[in-house]
Amino acid sequence: MEHIDFSLVDWSRAQFALTALYHWLFVPLTLGLSFIIAFMETQYVRTGNPEWKRITKFWMTLFGVNFAIGVATGIILEFEFGTNWSNYSWFVGDIFGAPLAIEGIMAFFLESTFIAVMFFGWNKVSKKFHLLSTWLVAIGSNLSALWILVANAWMQYPAGMKFNPDTARNEMVNFWDVLFSPVALNKFFHTVTSSYVLSAVFVIGVSAWFLLKNKEQLFAKKSIIVASIFGLVTSFLIIITGDGSAKNMAKYQPMKFAAMENLYTGRQNAPLAVIGLLQKDKTDTILDKQNISLKIEIPSLLSIMAFQDANAYVPGIHDLVNGNAEHNILSYKERSDKGKIAITSLAEYKNAKKTGNDSIANAALTKLNENYPHFGYGYYANRNVNELIPNIPLTFYSFRIMVGLGFHFIALFLVVWILAKKDKLEKKRFILYTALWSIPLAYIASELGWVVTEVGRQPWVIQDILPTIAAVSQIKSTSVQITFWLFFVIFTGLLIAEIKIMLSQIKKGPETELIENEIRIN
Amino acid sequence: MKMIKNIYQFYYQGFKNMTVGKKLWAIIAIKLIIMFLILKIFFFPNFLKSNFKTDEDRGNYVIKQLTQ
Repeated sequence: MEHIDFSLVDWSRAQFALTALYHWLFVPLTLGLSFIIAFMETQYVRTGNPEWKRITKFWMTLFGVNFAIGVATGIILEFEFGTNWSNYSWFVGDIFGAPLAIEGIMAFFLESTFIAVMFFGWNKVSKKFHLLSTWLVAIGSNLSALWILVANAWMQYPAGMKFNPDTARNEMVNFWDVLFSPVALNKFFHTVTSSYVLSAVFVIGVSAWFLLKNKEQLFAKKSIIVASIFGLVTSFLIIITGDGSAKNMAKYQPMKFAAMENLYTGRQNAPLAVIGLLQKDKTDTILDKQNISLKIEIPSLLSIMAFQDANAYVPGIHDLVNGNAEHNILSYKERSDKGKIAITSLAEYKNAKKTGNDSIANAALTKLNENYPHFGYGYYANRNVNELIPNIPLTFYSFRIMVGLGFHFIALFLVVWILAKKDKLEKKRFILYTALWSIPLAYIASELGWVVTEVGRQPWVIQDILPTIAAVSQIKSTSVQITFWLFFVIFTGLLIAEIKIMLSQIKKGPETELIENEIRIN
Repeated sequence: MKMIKNIYQFYYQGFKNMTVGKKLWAIIAIKLIIMFLILKIFFFPNFLKSNFKTDEDRGNYVIKQLTQ
């Protein structure tokens, strides 16, 4: 790893980030809206009120538009693994294969079968079977997300595997350790609940538009009540899972945690900066340090968030770079030395195996296994230490904007729910406009969540084991640049198509003929 | 046989009566064609599969990459 083409690494990362961020524009609405629709249809089956059927069908159409435009956009990421990230793709072995295969099978059977019933089955299958199909679509799409998120969680906290030095692949030794790792479970619940909040904001925002236009008032108010209750409940779940994310991060990814908080000097009773302004510290010649000004802090909250103890010591970037013997933290230098031993031992093992020298091979294997947890640090021996520190301003600000927007959504859910219950919402135009303009904010918050997760864990593709510089394929960076712009055009086209079709469906509003027919029948 | 006919009719009628769905199916079809027949074949060959014949060769190449 003496000669690294940083242009190739950066373009490969940029391309993956672009496709992942675009893909995520479509996913959360599918995950959350499917449940909101299921609740609405349950109301229809429970009460027999055709207005609920009309409401369900309207949101189902928007769900269908989003699903159709977004479907298969994630496959692009798999293409990129094979082409741009072949070392990584090989190295992760069957860890990714199993969850992704389960995801593919489940998505096909659960979603595709029951989506057909959901859209084509009105008046053709019984009400209860139709409702069951709608619920199964919601559960199926969320379970599909589980497997992808398990794979992502494994990269943040590699568990349940053993490295095979003969094949250079990590092999799964315990499927349940991969599936039920604390990071995987928390990541799944945090991600899906954030998607539920986005969907609730979407339903409230669109319904607010109807109220602003003095159209479909009953439809809009009923939709808002369902979405605001759903949003409130899931917002509290998001706080719980967000707290779980912070604890996991402090335990398994301390550099990400320190970067997110711009914490350079570790301390007990560490405060949390609610807001603050970062400025480059020109006096520090070693680290690209940021100083924080204009900050509002809550004393000891960071220690509590990380370790449930106000007196707990939260390591800072200096501790992680220079080490801290008192708190049992190895320095960057110690870890990179160990990593270098692991890498050299792997090469020695392979050579010894080739020449049939078993004793040297066994000795090398022992050294490799001992130092394997530091394998990735070996690529940073004699390199600039700043390469091991993620982009601090991006993670710091992204986290604060995401959390701030999260609290804005809770306030919005509460206010619209109370006003809708009191039948006063249609008169509060400022609230309605706020609800409408909260739709893009929900997407921003959702994307920023991924920015914190993925930018914050840099430079690792697999935490501590494999960095991006070792994971890329040796291809020309120009070819990655070409496909980057190709994807940019394709995904932007899909996004424009989605927005145009969505807007035209929203302007049409819920079907009017349906309710007249239903009322006649009833 | 009757069940197969019913399932066929279910999907046939469903697709026939679609409104916005027809446009969406067209988008899905175009998207899948672009992804699998253009992007996958011409722009995204599997690097290791297209450059090495066996898994052993692929593993050796990756080890060389990781340890050089």
